[in-house]
Amino acid sequence: MLEIEGLSKHYPGTAAAALDNVSLQLEGGEIIALIGPSGAGKSTLIRCINRLVEPTAGRIVLAGEELTALRARELRRARRRIGMVFQEFALVERLSVMENLLSGRLGYVGLWRSVLRRFPQSDITRAFELLERVGLEGYADRRADTLSGGQRQRVGIARALMQAPELLLVDEPTASLDPRTARQIMRLIHELCTEHKLPAIINLHDVPLAMRFCPRIIGLRGGRIVFDGPVKQLDTTVLTQIYGDEDWASMAGEQADDDAQDDVASGAAVVDRGRAP
Amino acid sequence: MNDAALRWRRPPMIANPWWRAALWLGVGGYLIAAVGSLEINWQRIVAGMPRALEFVQAMAAPDFVSRADQIIDGVLESLTMTLVATVAGFVLSVPVALGAARNLAPAPVYLFCRAIIAVSRSFQEIIIAILFVAMLGFGPLAGVVTLAFASIGFIAKLAAEDIEAMDTRPLEAIRATGGSWAQVIHWAVKPQVMPRLAGITLYRLDINFRESAIIGIVGAGGIGATLNTAFDRYEFDTAAAILLIIIIIVLMAEYLSGMLRARLR
Amino acid sequence: MAVFTRDGELTWRRRDRREALQRWMASFAFVTLLLLCWQVIAERTLWDFVLDAPAQGADLVGRMIPPDLPYLQRLWRPLWDTFNMATLGTLIAIVFATPLAFLAARNTTPRFPLIRPIALLIIVASRSINSLIWALLLVLILGPGVLAGVIAIALRSIGFIGKLLYEAIEEIDTRSVEAITATGASPGQLRAYAVVPQIMPAFAGISVYRWDINIREATVLGLVGAGGLGLELMASVNTLAWGRVSTLFLLILATVLISEWVSARLRAAVT
Repeated sequence: MLEIEGLSKHYPGTAAAALDNVSLQLEGGEIIALIGPSGAGKSTLIRCINRLVEPTAGRIVLAGEELTALRARELRRARRRIGMVFQEFALVERLSVMENLLSGRLGYVGLWRSVLRRFPQSDITRAFELLERVGLEGYADRRADTLSGGQRQRVGIARALMQAPELLLVDEPTASLDPRTARQIMRLIHELCTEHKLPAIINLHDVPLAMRFCPRIIGLRGGRIVFDGPVKQLDTTVLTQIYGDEDWASMAGEQADDDAQDDVASGAAVVDRGRAP
Repeated sequence: MNDAALRWRRPPMIANPWWRAALWLGVGGYLIAAVGSLEINWQRIVAGMPRALEFVQAMAAPDFVSRADQIIDGVLESLTMTLVATVAGFVLSVPVALGAARNLAPAPVYLFCRAIIAVSRSFQEIIIAILFVAMLGFGPLAGVVTLAFASIGFIAKLAAEDIEAMDTRPLEAIRATGGSWAQVIHWAVKPQVMPRLAGITLYRLDINFRESAIIGIVGAGGIGATLNTAFDRYEFDTAAAILLIIIIIVLMAEYLSGMLRARLR
Repeated sequence: MAVFTRDGELTWRRRDRREALQRWMASFAFVTLLLLCWQVIAERTLWDFVLDAPAQGADLVGRMIPPDLPYLQRLWRPLWDTFNMATLGTLIAIVFATPLAFLAARNTTPRFPLIRPIALLIIVASRSINSLIWALLLVLILGPGVLAGVIAIALRSIGFIGKLLYEAIEEIDTRSVEAITATGASPGQLRAYAVVPQIMPAFAGISVYRWDINIREATVLGLVGAGGLGLELMASVNTLAWGRVSTLFLLILATVLISEWVSARLRAAVT
């Protein structure tokens, strides 16, 4: 499905490589968490895949198409197939929720249709379906900057799914959210990916969340992959390898507590999601 | 499915369709009336086209030489006027700024200083120049007084806003040590306001130079008089040279004052 | 700041000797320059006139009071022209300045050499030259009248609006730009969805602000023949009809204050 071979990235003016000879493969429907300390190259790796960051060396192949070899126009066509969810939502704040969702279809419509906001009815129908699915019915004409953090991230997720992507890239989806909302958002991403059999690479700094929602974990450190395996192999030795020394046992305890609380909280979450403005 | 599907259109800015129509009609009506009252004289415009061409050619080949003496003289006069007027404006605007700051001045002083600022800001430099030329006669002195007067409104307004926005705790601290009003100003107000005030003054230096290039049109000295004469004689190549000099000096002044302001911050 | 010992006691001065000397020299140089400048000006001044100034001033004020109020009736048309010069000039400037700003902003300029420098050059040239100078030139080309004023205002405003707008474009939030890029949007769509919505408030604010400045400037363009209130002002000054001049001053003051108030309200509404 997605194949990355020998990917490297050097930012000009920095000594160390942000990514150093990274290779990995992703099968259809697989959900991967990318973990590692700040500056390990997680964001760079994700952005190299849709070439928001231009890699220095290496090959990226998505479903037989070599993304790293594409020219501008072909690259835009390829980007339509890759949905992306961002850390600080990256919505266009002054546009309405509906316009933000429709912006996910920009790769499919011409300039004038998009400027006049005359999207095909099928796109609009899809947008309403997705709004309902992420729990934001009735919010279509609200401006994005009037929403709460969790609601904005739901819009961000819906925008990515509007593209009907073949691959979902998720960059720190929970970094700007409180713990409970973070969990709801991760659950939503997990559910949607399972429903659509959508492979996803999720860049997470929150290890317990990664362990809970992602079957496969990749650990990055200093731009290199230091761990790649199923979540059950992620033990304290591996975590120390990724992050350095820390009292991992006590964190595992906190995680158990969180899980217990979460079961209580999830009932409230459904109510919260269903509420209209 | 399509018939039952929810449709969506971007909601218009003004929800009421009647208001929307009225607004469009109003704007359209105004534009028609305004353009209609321009009284465009096409014959005159066609007759003027060769001059436009001449000017464009002159911009490509400006003549710095034939009126070099007058140009140098005018530029020098503009620069001296600018400097003297800015310094005078700065000195005069400090008391006005203190008086126009609500947190320092009593009400009558405040109103008086605000009135000075309002008058100084409302009139274009060239209008003020007309009056001072009538009083002081032709020449750069009228220009200096004009620019200084206009600078007062500009510097004092921005400085007063700055004083009103400053941290009041040092003021209390100095008052608490038994400091007099003057000491409060010197020890608590000046250190806070001085960097911004210097920045504002440098910015005004820029503006004063630009203005010094036009008040000469009504006889208040500077390069504007030379420029006006060049246009009157249809010497477009000399006029082009003067315009280029103005652009270059403005750019240099802007660059320098930008650099100085960055260092002051 | 300097701390040193003198007569066995620790002493403090604000500046040490070298610093103090440098500052003193700098001040001296500046004052000398200032005096030289003043000398240039003093040489070119007829001091007899200046000595006479207080009397002249008093005389002027005496002639200005009372203002010639019936004259107001003849000023509605020039006022309408002044308003039109400012408004139409601003509208024309907006039409040209908007694309120019996109060409000049680092993050939206096309990847084609020379376009950005040329756009910046146009902005600088337009900004450096006062609308009165533009009017001076345009009156020669187009003949006296409101049209020259409209275009003069437009030519000056293009640079002003263009500069502020391109700075606003350069300051937009890059995250939403990145997000729209990631959807596979074309460069045109990227501007329409990620850039335009973000700069709308700045755009409205800048345009209204410039309109307000243009009302002020339009009041004087007539001095060089470009129509509006300035034309009447010129005529009144030339015929020494100071009562009319003071009437015009009052009208200009009122116009400027009203436009300033309107512009402040509009700007408060968009932000």
